[in-house]
Amino acid sequence: MEKFHYSRADKVQRLLGLGAIASLAATVWLGLVTTPPDEFMGNLVRLIYIHPPLAWDAFIAYGMNFLASLAYLWPRTRDLRWDQLAGATAEVGVLFTGLLLVTGSLWGRPAWGTWWTWDPLLTTTALLFVLYLGYLALRRVPDDRELRARRSAIAALVAFVDVPVVYFAVLWWKSLHQAPTVLNPTTNKTYIHGSMAWTLLLGFIAFTLTYAWMVMIRYRIGAGEERTHEDEVNASLLARQGEGR
Amino acid sequence: MLRDALAVARKDLKIEWATRVTALQVVPFAVVVLLLFGFALGPDPQRLEPAAPGAFWLAVLLAAVLGITRAMSIESSAGAIDGLRLAGFDSAGVFLGKLLALGGELVFLEFILSVVTAIVFGVSLAGYLWLVSATIYATLGIVAVGLLYGALLVSSRVRETLLPLLFFPVIAPVLIAGTKVWQAALSHHPSGASSWLEMLVVFGVIYLAIGTVAFGPLLEDA
Repeated sequence: MEKFHYSRADKVQRLLGLGAIASLAATVWLGLVTTPPDEFMGNLVRLIYIHPPLAWDAFIAYGMNFLASLAYLWPRTRDLRWDQLAGATAEVGVLFTGLLLVTGSLWGRPAWGTWWTWDPLLTTTALLFVLYLGYLALRRVPDDRELRARRSAIAALVAFVDVPVVYFAVLWWKSLHQAPTVLNPTTNKTYIHGSMAWTLLLGFIAFTLTYAWMVMIRYRIGAGEERTHEDEVNASLLARQGEGR
Repeated sequence: MLRDALAVARKDLKIEWATRVTALQVVPFAVVVLLLFGFALGPDPQRLEPAAPGAFWLAVLLAAVLGITRAMSIESSAGAIDGLRLAGFDSAGVFLGKLLALGGELVFLEFILSVVTAIVFGVSLAGYLWLVSATIYATLGIVAVGLLYGALLVSSRVRETLLPLLFFPVIAPVLIAGTKVWQAALSHHPSGASSWLEMLVVFGVIYLAIGTVAFGPLLEDA
């Protein structure tokens, strides 16, 4: 039997995966066992080790989606691989946005006494979630490959430009979300216990690795799907030519 | 480009004049939506009056989706869009022309709806300069985003189901800003409305620019 050959991409993916799993496990251990409960929030504070990293992941996911879409639309860098990447990162972004909303809700119930408030960040995030769900739905609409890539890229642009507008609209409309508390700009003091800060930092690293890992897997699945599709078409073509003879 | 735009606008308005789809289907639909809001909120004037601006704008957006679908189905049937391209029409001109025609139809709808809102929700249309300017700028944004998405979906079979999902989240700022200007104007405190009006202008201009540039590439081999 032929020995399975690992490509460089396989190795990178495996390394990313190992890093992601190890750092996630460390975050879980530090977050649930080592760090102390908060003076005011008690054990609820442990959500802080995943909630901001999730937001960060969603942010880079949509940023990447925007950049990849721009790269596809730019004639000099036009390549279907950019479209593939845009799709992969948006899919992961939607997943993290969903988790972000869920963890935020879990936090909001005990901390604010409600599952949901019409706060600018929350409302914008919810709209973002639906916006990119729509984008993913659009990507699934079958059509010519190039045309699909082009319209997906334009839809990604439209969605990305909309995010700040939505944010300001809702900000002026109503405001309540917790101001950033790790570094309070008014006093410029750190209000967080040492081990908590490290755990949060680790959380950011762990979730960034997880993001990269997932996007890489999703990208390669997408590329594989396309190759299979092409192979199938070619095989059918050959078979058809054989019939004619 | 402008001549192309005017020609396309005239063509769309002629089609509307001949078929009366907006006047006899979309406008009555929007009026029904307003009445349904009345049923949902109950006949209490204390509740109806503050809800009037929001109800008006939601009815406009729901009707706008129908208008957009209609505007794009004119182009996708019988290869009409290919005809326009063969005739050498500038794609930005086609976009602006459709924008003018659909915008005009929407303003007509909004005029009728505002009168109906005033009657059934029991509000007096004060500060109408604010109402009119907010309505015009909001319409620009609605039509620009709508046609852009309409062009995205022009050749697909899931247009009717996918368009609202794409369109409504993007248009949310227009709903908020439009409602705010109307609330301020109707409550005789239009001073707070100016920044919302600015938002409507900015939104409209952004999507007008994106639409003008992106419309052509979207319609190629669609």
